[in-house]
Amino acid sequence: MESKVVRVGIADLKAAKAPDLLVTLGLGSCVGITFYDARLKIGGLAHIMLPDSKQARAGSVNLAKFADTAIPLILEQLDKMGAPKSRLVVKIAGGAQMFAFMGADDRMRIGERNVEAVKLALKQQGLKISGEDTGANYGRSMELNLENGKVLIKAIEKGIKEL
Amino acid sequence: MEDITALSGVQMDALREIGNIGAGNAATALSQLLNKRIDMTVPRVSVLPLDEVPDVLGGPENIVAGIFLRVLGNAPGSVMFMLPRNSALILVDMLLGKEIGATKILNDIDQSALKEIGNILAGSYLNALSMLTNLTLLPSVPALAFDMLGAILSVVLAELGQVGDYALVIETEFAEANKEVKGHFFLIPDPGSLSIILKAIGVNEDGE
Repeated sequence: MESKVVRVGIADLKAAKAPDLLVTLGLGSCVGITFYDARLKIGGLAHIMLPDSKQARAGSVNLAKFADTAIPLILEQLDKMGAPKSRLVVKIAGGAQMFAFMGADDRMRIGERNVEAVKLALKQQGLKISGEDTGANYGRSMELNLENGKVLIKAIEKGIKEL
Repeated sequence: MEDITALSGVQMDALREIGNIGAGNAATALSQLLNKRIDMTVPRVSVLPLDEVPDVLGGPENIVAGIFLRVLGNAPGSVMFMLPRNSALILVDMLLGKEIGATKILNDIDQSALKEIGNILAGSYLNALSMLTNLTLLPSVPALAFDMLGAILSVVLAELGQVGDYALVIETEFAEANKEVKGHFFLIPDPGSLSIILKAIGVNEDGE
């Protein structure tokens, strides 16, 4: 079977099966979270943008946008595909502070807050993080190969590394 | 609460005009700095789903220089001056009187020159806007990032994402006469600022 690249946008999440690749491009302050079940070669990728759905003002319903709602949602999708969360390997990347402002206010710390919220949401699900590349001040792309579970992180002038 | 997906034709026109006046002023400033002619397109006002913004602006993995400033004052928002990698390097050459093509990576002085450009452009853009609207609009200290477009934009998109799933982008494209330097200038009003701006120029909420 030919593998296809399944692209996950901003504030988006997707689950897929081998031999596909799950890819999200240009993570800045956002955080990408990959989930992989090696037995079934099924995985998911979420690209969250904000920490907490409770801070959202009225009218916002995209559950994939927030750490606290996206994680339960992707776990549910994976569970339906037969991948229970007990078997999932979880890795995270992103959460950078793209612009270093003097006297940075809370708004500029969005990357850091996203990472904290993702870790909290994963902990609440009883999930451990087995690979992490977060923080600093540069963008990242993240790729999960569902054939072998490898997670690759690409950054400008830093090359490609495996989580 | 304003619904940016339901702007009337009159409101869109008014925003386009704001972009025109602001960017016109900024283009003049850039032209004087470089002592070169700067061409400018008619501003594009678009209301886009947040997840489509990086694609519309050139693709999330495209490497760009982004000079980012917050707009402070009566109608807060964000201003971004974004140039493709090559344009940014050539702009540095022009600004610092180097041979075109000399700059390959940005050192501290180059970065500071680009930030200063952002400062001047945003300052002249906001000045024009202030005069037009009688609102106090001040640029923050500029910040620079040289990275993937998607990553650079995420900061602005996250701000907008708190209220909705759409971004209102007022965009103008600049090009230096020989097309060696191109860039995009964006004004992205914070949620809530749009109605303040529209009201200040006498276009009320229902677009009458």
